[in-house]
Amino acid sequence: MAEAERLLGLITIGILAGGVYGLLAVGLSLQIGVCRVLNITHGEFLMLGGVLTFTFSELGINPLLAPVIIGPILFGLGFLLQATLFRGVKARAPSPAAFEGNALLAAFGVMYIMQYLARIRFGSNSLPSQYLTQPVPYVGINLALNLIVGFGIAVALGIAVYLFLTRSRLGRAIRATAEDPPTAELMGVNTNTILAVCFGLGALLAGVAGTLVSMRTPVSTAMGFNNTVIALIVVTLGGLGSVPGSFIAGIIIGVVSMLVAGLWESVLIVPVYYAMLMVLLLVRPTGILGKK
Amino acid sequence: MRILEGQGVTKLFGGLTAVSNVDFHVDQGEILGLIGPNGAGKTTLFNLISAALPLSSGEIRFKGQKINGLKPHRICKMGVSRTFQETKVFSNMPALQNVLVGAFFGTRTRVSGKDAAREATQALEFVGLTAMSAAPIKDLTLVNQKRVEVARALATKPELLLLDELMAGLNAAEVSEAMQLVTRIRDKGITIVMVEHVMKAIMGICARVMVLHHGEKIADGTCNEISCNKRVIEIYLGEETHAGS
Amino acid sequence: MNITRLFVTHRKLLLVGVLILLIAFVLTFPLYGGARTRVLITMLVYAILAVSWAMFSGTTGYMSLAPAAFFGTGIYVTALLQDYLPFPVIIVVAGLISFVLAVLLGLVTLRLKGIYFTIFTFGLVVFIPNTINYVEGEVLQRHGWYFNVLDRTTLLYTMLGLTVVTVLAAYLIRRSRLGLAMQSIGGNEEAAEHMGIDTTRTKVLTFAISAIFMGAAGAVLAPSLSYSNPTIIYSVTYSFIPIVAAVFGGMGSLQGPIVGALLFGFLEKTLKVEWATFFMLGFGIVMVLVILFLPTGIVGLVPMLRDKLGGVISKWRKGSEGEQHANT
Repeated sequence: MAEAERLLGLITIGILAGGVYGLLAVGLSLQIGVCRVLNITHGEFLMLGGVLTFTFSELGINPLLAPVIIGPILFGLGFLLQATLFRGVKARAPSPAAFEGNALLAAFGVMYIMQYLARIRFGSNSLPSQYLTQPVPYVGINLALNLIVGFGIAVALGIAVYLFLTRSRLGRAIRATAEDPPTAELMGVNTNTILAVCFGLGALLAGVAGTLVSMRTPVSTAMGFNNTVIALIVVTLGGLGSVPGSFIAGIIIGVVSMLVAGLWESVLIVPVYYAMLMVLLLVRPTGILGKK
Repeated sequence: MRILEGQGVTKLFGGLTAVSNVDFHVDQGEILGLIGPNGAGKTTLFNLISAALPLSSGEIRFKGQKINGLKPHRICKMGVSRTFQETKVFSNMPALQNVLVGAFFGTRTRVSGKDAAREATQALEFVGLTAMSAAPIKDLTLVNQKRVEVARALATKPELLLLDELMAGLNAAEVSEAMQLVTRIRDKGITIVMVEHVMKAIMGICARVMVLHHGEKIADGTCNEISCNKRVIEIYLGEETHAGS
Repeated sequence: MNITRLFVTHRKLLLVGVLILLIAFVLTFPLYGGARTRVLITMLVYAILAVSWAMFSGTTGYMSLAPAAFFGTGIYVTALLQDYLPFPVIIVVAGLISFVLAVLLGLVTLRLKGIYFTIFTFGLVVFIPNTINYVEGEVLQRHGWYFNVLDRTTLLYTMLGLTVVTVLAAYLIRRSRLGLAMQSIGGNEEAAEHMGIDTTRTKVLTFAISAIFMGAAGAVLAPSLSYSNPTIIYSVTYSFIPIVAAVFGGMGSLQGPIVGALLFGFLEKTLKVEWATFFMLGFGIVMVLVILFLPTGIVGLVPMLRDKLGGVISKWRKGSEGEQHANT
């Protein structure tokens, strides 16, 4: 019976951790789906969220409150990035395909800028940022409290974003811009502002995800890249443009990672993700809940 | 001979039916017009024939051979070529090179560099653009870009040519020129299907006309039959103010 | 005699002159000493990676972030085979394995929209070493390995030879049917498909060919490393720097990536280690600036300047002619 308990425990941890992946993916999905930018800097925003949370906690600010300060900062950063850089790239691109390529390259550059600026300011070392590590007994194993809190916050935010996108006026404007920008413009939507808002929102969500991750594991200025890889996998798995899809995929990825780590080797986690990705791309590239 | 046939051709986009159970045929050597209001499914039908989009159901046969399910490059090599509604020239090359691509890759058998160059030059000459063969495609007017598209399609040595709104945006003189061009293409032995909104062109050079509306074929016959067809007149009454030419 | 004319007629002379300088430079390599050799090797590695990256991504517009993956694979192949095969054979094998790997990846991802391809190539630099780490740890029971060292001069000349081969291949492809097909895909993929080009096959083939040189470069570099393990040899920097270099130089051209790579390789290795962080920061800034303001790269700058200069000069001449007429 211990084996079944252990399995259940792994799966539960995977689900809880996966919620944060889902949140991260929702942010990226917004940026790719609306702004059409394959934002490979996404993980760096998570890194900033995590590193800043630690820095603030050293100054006495409760990590759970950190997003209140960090959120707007990262939103502003994302907003500016889209409003200046990517908008500029788009204006100069001879075709949508060229824009996507150039935007990707520009993002590549920004990724290095963010990473190394962070490294200069915060150093390269691992920062002990864990919080709320009290164990919560559950079916024979102990779950860290931060897992449960993290999942709760992630899902709550995810629901908020979903409602925002489907029920609010701004949300409808965003969806219109994603589907047909020229028509949206004709209907009075300021698409430039919408794009910047979406990018900023994506950055904000990544930052919150960073805070949540920082409560569980130590953070470092080098953690962005791997998280970008995960975010990209989750977005592809869940389907672009679907908030529930991102969360479902995030949870699947979380569970898979725990099972692979627990039953096999943690170094095989990413290879397993890629095997899943390859099967997915062969069978249903648009993702679980993606539009065909 | 029926060079192109379609049976029960249907295309669904999620909940939307773009093309609904259309039966059609094209006789070899004719110029068939394809008309209908905006959103009727004309370009979608072209996309289904050229395999830019997959069929939801039905079958399309070229010279008796089923072509739905094949990839566009195969269909091109079999002898079907097309132009596009939003001009899809190769923006990074001069005009001659655009046409060269068609000459090199569009034929069933492999062509040598010399032969391809000759074909491309001749195709450009045929559409009257010899003077601009070296010009970067971006410097050409829309009218001339469309002509390059036609030359490029001709360079693939097609037996069937699909022209998608060739006359859109042309003035009266340019429309007449284009009508002559299309007729000359037919005289070379190439069968043509043309999507058009410009009625003068349709009535002027098409032997037969097919009318689509909301994805369904509502009429199919000679120009006279079509212009007397009550339903066609009905759906076009609203369009009369725009179909002035 | 205007300046543009000067450039054109003496261009051949200029090229020959540059070539003579380069040959003299190369023949005197052994005089430069160990550290300089390392710099030169790095410059050439980046040149190979940049040129092969531009072979595919520069023409088709499909952004591959995979150079580091193939490069690392080449190094790993050397690690595996160094005791069993002679060095030249290993280089060829590394190229072939990279080719096969690229074909497999391409067949899965290049049938789809470019975004999936890019996403896939992005994580390769994590996926492959993790797989290898597992195999190494479980199957081979080792953690890292040592390379059989070869003398630097031999490696330098080998790398130079590989660079020449790569540039030659890139040149021949550009002028071939395959090159035309790829350019068409870059111009308008749907139209290319409709004009008889099997776009999937073309993309996969070119992607795979470009991978050969990336893998071979890794194999050639390997003996200059001492100790290594999968995590070290797969570094995203080996994607980033060649790509910045190619974009900076002009990714649609043949010379652009070479110029950019030689320059950046030189700078990266000669500036002191302390500056490394600022250096990478600088690369990021360069990438952003180039994309924004000079997307055709440095090479695109030359014709631009030539036109502007020619325009200025002819205006000036018209002005002085006008004065002459006014005075008579």
